[in-house]
Amino acid sequence: MAGLINWFSQIASITKFGLMSIPQRRGAVAATVIGIAGVVAVLVGVLSIAAGFKQAMSVSGSPDGAIVLRSGADSEMVSGLGREETRVIADAPGVARNDQGPLASAELFVIINLPKRTTGTDANVPLRGVELAALQVRDHMKIIRGRMFDWGRDEVIVGDGAAQEFAGLEVGSKIKVGRYEWPVVGMFSANGGAAESEIWSDAKVLQAAYNRGDSFQSVSVRLNSPAAFEAFKDSLTSNPQLSVKVSRQSDYYAEQSEVITRLITTLGFLIAFLMAVGAVFGALNTMYSAVAARSREIATLRALGFGGGAVVVSLMLESLLLALVGGVIGGGLAYLAFNNFHTSTMNWQSFSQITFAFRVTPELLARGVVWAAVIGLIGGLFPAIRAARLPIAAALREL
Amino acid sequence: MKFFHLIWSNLKRKKLRTSLTLLSIVVAFILFGFLSAIQQALVGGVKMAGADRLVVRHKVSIIQMLPESYKARMDRIPGVDYATHETWFGGIYQDPKNFFMQAPVVPEELLKMYPEVVLPPAQSNAWLQTRTGAIVGRKSAERFGWKIGDKVPIQSTIWAQQDGNRTWDFDIVGIFDGKNKNTDTTPLFFRYDYFDEARQDAKGEVGWYIIRIKDPAQAAEVAKRVDEEFENSSAETKAEPEGAFIQGWASQIGNIVFIVAAILSAVFFTILLVTGNTMAQAVRERTGELGVLKAIGFTNVQIVSFVLAESCLLTVLGGALGLGLAWLMISRGDPTSGLLPLFSFPTRDLLTGFGISVALGFVTGIFPALQAMRLRVADALRRM
Repeated sequence: MAGLINWFSQIASITKFGLMSIPQRRGAVAATVIGIAGVVAVLVGVLSIAAGFKQAMSVSGSPDGAIVLRSGADSEMVSGLGREETRVIADAPGVARNDQGPLASAELFVIINLPKRTTGTDANVPLRGVELAALQVRDHMKIIRGRMFDWGRDEVIVGDGAAQEFAGLEVGSKIKVGRYEWPVVGMFSANGGAAESEIWSDAKVLQAAYNRGDSFQSVSVRLNSPAAFEAFKDSLTSNPQLSVKVSRQSDYYAEQSEVITRLITTLGFLIAFLMAVGAVFGALNTMYSAVAARSREIATLRALGFGGGAVVVSLMLESLLLALVGGVIGGGLAYLAFNNFHTSTMNWQSFSQITFAFRVTPELLARGVVWAAVIGLIGGLFPAIRAARLPIAAALREL
Repeated sequence: MKFFHLIWSNLKRKKLRTSLTLLSIVVAFILFGFLSAIQQALVGGVKMAGADRLVVRHKVSIIQMLPESYKARMDRIPGVDYATHETWFGGIYQDPKNFFMQAPVVPEELLKMYPEVVLPPAQSNAWLQTRTGAIVGRKSAERFGWKIGDKVPIQSTIWAQQDGNRTWDFDIVGIFDGKNKNTDTTPLFFRYDYFDEARQDAKGEVGWYIIRIKDPAQAAEVAKRVDEEFENSSAETKAEPEGAFIQGWASQIGNIVFIVAAILSAVFFTILLVTGNTMAQAVRERTGELGVLKAIGFTNVQIVSFVLAESCLLTVLGGALGLGLAWLMISRGDPTSGLLPLFSFPTRDLLTGFGISVALGFVTGIFPALQAMRLRVADALRRM
């Protein structure tokens, strides 16, 4: 027991000794800390893009919501359904109802070119034509400014994200669709979900403007319960009148975000990994020079009876501490710079813009700090072993 | 050059420190290479865009179709050499993850429009004679293992044939290469006449037009004339130079250039610190020796050049290794399987990288070098 306490007090005093000598090697120490901060900031920053995008997609899907597309279509953009088909879908078993009928909205999904605020260049903004039940088949939909459009009138409401990213979408302004001009009468939020990137109008109005006859592209429904999905799906896929693809809203949105998330995470990890390797070299350098500068002190301590193990542990502690400081600085920087940073990108599946905010989540910060710790430990290990193995007599003779 | 040995020995003095610094420089330049390639993949298309080509799409958005009959009207607009069209096919080969572009085109017009598409004459003749024939770029042909003579089934997410079938069979009659390495050799092109006859809907409608203009300096005027020609029709158009069109797509993805620049500066700032610190240490340790050199008659200029040469040697060596490794890794191809068809290392960036490595050596070496120059011989010797 006494031995253990002695060992810990050895570690404590060597560590304290090391930390006190930091001001003398502030250049090297600063290089390591900043290097690690850079790695963590880039890692957290890049992954926060993917996290934000995923978040926007995942809040969009409600557990008891489903979406029906033409079979073979991988997004609403390329899907197509006739009026008859949408009626059969709305009347399928499992679809929830209220006093106005089934909670099913047959929708059109097209894009319209509007200039991006940041660059002034054209962007493909999604324009959705919806039916009466549209607000009930999605979670979190809320009009936050102005009013809902009147059914049958040439009016639109715009998502919060779209209004922030694209020019000319303020409540009270007008958007030009071909030869038509539609006033923007309201703005809605969807708790950060994908719908916030969209402009909504009455499906009938959009059908007329885009010469779509009486056809639609998708039907979104709310089911009686999440468990009702299988029965709903089976009844539609076994119906010979239909050739459709039925997905849960959550699965559909996960599929839609897959390409972007894959792109960002593959590239993000690649970059962060390379940077981490570079930072390990930096940390190794710092700790080796720390050991070299203190070889005499370490030899003296060893001669006084301090153990080799204590030397190793305390040097690694020092390195770990420096790395953690770097990790916290990097995480903090990433949080300040990236959290809630609003942007928009192209959703490859539908060729349309999706707006979202970067999210620096606690998990990402924790991951950044773990990376920092690993870099610190690797960077400290080898120099610490070298320090412990220093031949005492030779090191002392250099005095 | 006769002092090279001295500089080299100085670097070898602390082998471990030198190699660690060298390795972090190598890593920085591998990153530099990767980020250049990513940027090239996303915005590189702008550079290879033809200055004498316009892209014309429906004014409301690219997904609205234009009548095929516009071609004849476009051909007559003053300043237009000729026009051709493409249509988005949205096809899937085996797995939706195998993303690549396919488009129905008019073969003669396409080959004339894009001289960067290099197809042997025998293969282009075969294409003209085979109604179901298709040509595919080298990259996709290699990726999917297609050879001339293969019949490939492609499932369209958009287009159905008369009988409702969405799987289209194409006979591969040619494999094209790019004239330079920036040419996208992933698309598959097949014949519009076959497509238009077989498709169920939207007969006689095409996705977008490409126009060759007679004088690149007149691009803006010709684009305006094209838009005026179709004004107030049921399908109004928006014409713009090909470069602006591609730039527009790139900026839809997001502000790539800014993100890449931010990451690179973070990386280089870090490396600057690490290398600068190494050099400062190296000079500090050698104060005495530098004093001796000065005492036996080496000039200040020589001392400064020794230190600078040492730091530049280190960074250039690291830079060359890093750029070389990056080049090797990048030439293995797109890491995201098909999302970045233009993923390659542009020569210009390779040279920039090399320039940066020299600059890095200079910046990190200059302060220790000046410090060494200012040493007074007596002080330096006393510290021995």
